[in-house]
Amino acid sequence: MEEKGMNARIKALRQLSLDTPAHIDLTRAISETETYKKYEGELSIPELRGQVLKDYFATKQLYIGDGELIVGEKGDSPQASPTFPELCCHTMEDMHVMNDRELISFKVKEEDYKIQEDTIIPYWKNRSIRHKIISNMTPEWQASYEAGIFTEFMEQRGPGHTVGSVKIYEKGFLDYKDDIQKSLDSLDFMNDTEALDKKNELEGMKLACDAIMILGERYAAYARELAEKETDPKRKEELLQIAANCDVVPAHKPQTYWQALQMYWFVHMGVTTELNPWDAYSPGRLDQHLNPFYERDVEAGILDDDKALELLECLWVKFNNQPAPPKVGITLKESSTYTDFANLNTGGITPTGENGVNNVSYLILDCMDDMKLLQPSSNVQISKKTPQKFLKRACEISRKGWGQPAFYNTDAIVQELLNAGKSLEDARRGGTSGCVETGAFGNEAYILTGYFNIPKIFELTLNNGYDKVAGKQLGLKLGYAVDFKTYGELYDAFKKQMKYFIDVKIQGSNVIEKIYAENMPAPFLSIITNDCISKGKDYNGGGARYNTKYLQGVGIGTITDCLTAVKYNVYDKKTFKMEELMQALDDNFEGHDRILNLVRNKIPKYGNDDDYADDIMKSVFEFYRNEVTGRPNMLGGKYRINMLPTTCHVYFGDVMLASANGRLAHKPVSEGISPEKGADTNGPTAVVKSCAKMDHLQTGGTLLNQKFTPSVVAGEEGLEQMANLVRTYFNMDGHHIQFNVIDKETLINAQKHPEDYKDLIVRVAGYSDHFRNLSKALQDEIIERTEQSFN
Amino acid sequence: MSLITDIQKYSIHDGDGIRTTVFFKGCNLRCTWCHNPETQSYKKELLFDEDRCVGCGSCVPVCPSRAITLERGKAVTDRKKCTACGKCTDYCNLNLREVAGKEYPVDQLVKELRKDEMFYEESGGGVTLSGGEVMLADIDYLEELVKKLHHFGISVTVDTCGQAPYENYERILPYVDTFLYDIKLMDSEIHKKYMGTGNELILSNLEKLSRDGARLYIRIPTVKEVNGSDEAMKAIINYLLEKNIHVTRVNLLPYHNTGSGKYMKIGKNYEGADLHAPDKEEMNHFVELFREAGFHNIKIGG
Repeated sequence: MEEKGMNARIKALRQLSLDTPAHIDLTRAISETETYKKYEGELSIPELRGQVLKDYFATKQLYIGDGELIVGEKGDSPQASPTFPELCCHTMEDMHVMNDRELISFKVKEEDYKIQEDTIIPYWKNRSIRHKIISNMTPEWQASYEAGIFTEFMEQRGPGHTVGSVKIYEKGFLDYKDDIQKSLDSLDFMNDTEALDKKNELEGMKLACDAIMILGERYAAYARELAEKETDPKRKEELLQIAANCDVVPAHKPQTYWQALQMYWFVHMGVTTELNPWDAYSPGRLDQHLNPFYERDVEAGILDDDKALELLECLWVKFNNQPAPPKVGITLKESSTYTDFANLNTGGITPTGENGVNNVSYLILDCMDDMKLLQPSSNVQISKKTPQKFLKRACEISRKGWGQPAFYNTDAIVQELLNAGKSLEDARRGGTSGCVETGAFGNEAYILTGYFNIPKIFELTLNNGYDKVAGKQLGLKLGYAVDFKTYGELYDAFKKQMKYFIDVKIQGSNVIEKIYAENMPAPFLSIITNDCISKGKDYNGGGARYNTKYLQGVGIGTITDCLTAVKYNVYDKKTFKMEELMQALDDNFEGHDRILNLVRNKIPKYGNDDDYADDIMKSVFEFYRNEVTGRPNMLGGKYRINMLPTTCHVYFGDVMLASANGRLAHKPVSEGISPEKGADTNGPTAVVKSCAKMDHLQTGGTLLNQKFTPSVVAGEEGLEQMANLVRTYFNMDGHHIQFNVIDKETLINAQKHPEDYKDLIVRVAGYSDHFRNLSKALQDEIIERTEQSFN
Repeated sequence: MSLITDIQKYSIHDGDGIRTTVFFKGCNLRCTWCHNPETQSYKKELLFDEDRCVGCGSCVPVCPSRAITLERGKAVTDRKKCTACGKCTDYCNLNLREVAGKEYPVDQLVKELRKDEMFYEESGGGVTLSGGEVMLADIDYLEELVKKLHHFGISVTVDTCGQAPYENYERILPYVDTFLYDIKLMDSEIHKKYMGTGNELILSNLEKLSRDGARLYIRIPTVKEVNGSDEAMKAIINYLLEKNIHVTRVNLLPYHNTGSGKYMKIGKNYEGADLHAPDKEEMNHFVELFREAGFHNIKIGG
């Protein structure tokens, strides 16, 4: 494989990152437990949270690996994964499962089992957020959650889902401390009923500033200590430069390109060590943030493209060294990956609306191409103003087959943000993170609350609200399938059931938000999110300028084809009766070959630019959107939707029996807004046209997977038309598209002989993963995704 | 009205940009290697994937012509009795039966073809009319179709073997942007052997089209045993030069056998099994021959 830019240093760092197994590091949990035992009841909760971070950063094991130019690990070494017992206190069984399981395992040190049992569990068992959540939910919520109607993001990981803005590079933490002090000084204890809460919060932020600065000082000292012992003069010089960098950042704002990268990484460690927020933390518009430093350093003669690329690659290794915090149970099922979704947006537009592509943008593409790492998830932002050269360079990397970069429509994202009430400038500064979620970078807490299983709700609708898998009455009693005399009656019942479960989910989420706001503030994240300091409010308590909650709809392809199959066959053409269909579903279509053939092969399907099916998709989408969008959340913001699955479409399919579109029992439902597997037979233009009939601008992100055989994108024509396909989809306001360009045969071989395909990376949902790390069900699902090909 | 076997979107090797290709049914040539054998006959035909048939027998009783019987665990269709009515296609539980050949009123076809307008505009693409031999389709229908597409600003490319009356070309010429024009052999006798007919009409049509200002992409299906020699290629080159044919692009299309599986589906045998594509080196050499003769824009593949 071509590795033009990776030098020996980077190769070694990358290999270490890939070869080191993920492992549990209990140091943070132990330190936190001591801090809580010492200060609980004495310090206010925000201060206590700041103190936890400070104590850990003041004592934690430091790590500077051979050849590293950017320094800092969350745990003791690469691939170390601290635990967060205040959120999810792992049981002894969890610890063994995490160590022993075949996929996404985390090795546990022998002595740590005992520490967990004797120290961590006794203190945190009944204090953890997970415990609080589960004990505060209604029986309806519990039953729906257990049956797989929806998932709950906050039960093991904290809210976060956010992205750094340019602010990180404009101020140091000493400057933030000044800002915080000013905010403290202006508190109005005469009239403001919340003044004390604000004071506590701001004091917590000050402690968090101290925490990160202590870490910086310690790294500076450690680098000098290593330099002292170093015999290689070149490395010695590097270590001294690392020390000099850490003298500047994070206390002060960065002065050079190198320091800017180191600053980002300190902030990333702060956010992801304070709590274990979803999607880690993201650099967002890294190219635009770095470019002024890049230009200045190049001008000054202290940086060239090779060095700039090498430093980027060092940062990439750092991202890849951090596995997503260990997950168990349903949360593991919905997000079964080591990827932690840190994501960057390259290209796009500037805050004043001009083309944002600069030299660093191209360096980032080169870096992506060289490194081929799962983390960070890398995407490109394509606007009308984006040069074709940039788009084609991105297509060139994407068609190599490993799923990165994904393509995002900047113009649509700006409109989505404007629709959600952001100012034009904040919208232009925004982008996407996680998988595809839209947010105003640095200004918004946009929190994913859970996935919502739309096809399952149709299954319940056909059975009078009774779940045959769980053996429980979950939904409303609105009648059985045979009772609905018209399609309209059936569809009405489906809508009522959907509304009911959205109510159950959101009522639960509202309670969970309060639990976080009261018990688990995030003072560090609050420092770097506008306007937490000026409001004296925490990120988890509504301090951000904008506060959005997302509910992610899953299975639009499957539900559309199910409704279409029933409408077409039972009500319109009367090719079979509802009783016959219900029997076929109960029998998993065994012995019902005719019905299976009719619903699989002889009806209009979503993904073929056929209005019969696509109108049904629009109707379901609009109902879901209207039901969710605009509901108030507990932080003063609103609920909105996105349409994405991570790996949840596998789990959601697993809790379902056969469905009316011919999907067999327990098989995955469709992912993102992609058509059901095998349903799209009219080529990629028909797929994107069907998808574009959904009103993307009314969402906070949609996800479309397109699988190509390598021959389709081969040659100059293949590349050119791939770029045109992206442009056209975006002209129609499509939000996102990503490509898997791998032969089916290769995937089948990789499933049979994983040892021969250790490096095979595929696109799963809004992220890529090693094929060998996917469950068999997910591997099968990816193999069966329709390949778009032609002769 | 004419029959259409397929409408294929995102065609990126049938002319410029992203195109939708329409395959018309019926052709007067019988090229040995034809990869769309279901487009040769002007009548509807049943396609049946016999290999995968498990002999469940669901199709047997529904055939109004009683053309289907079960023999040795497979459904067997008597092609003489089959009227390609398509009744059985709804009853094959494995979806192995389909009818090739569908009628589209012009407006319905135009509506279908306009669906990808945005892609044509972005990519400089459009509609390609192919087949079979589109120039032998109902010419009134064809003229109306290309006029309407032209009216909507959609670029039309015609993929033709040249074996059709020139009057047909004249009628659609004002509305067609590009012709993908096949040339296979200069020697009319050998042409007859492999294509079933001589090349006289094909060559005279090409000369007239060139004279009348048509934009021409010359496409040469290249088969080692048929025209994969310096001699055959040079004959084509000399002809193009001598007749002063105005050539915008030359595509050398290496032989492939991806259509061979379709012969079984229509109950025929594939005669082209012994044919081969020239190897890569030879193909590059042919490109070089064209280049030396002063042609620019020469490409291997569509």
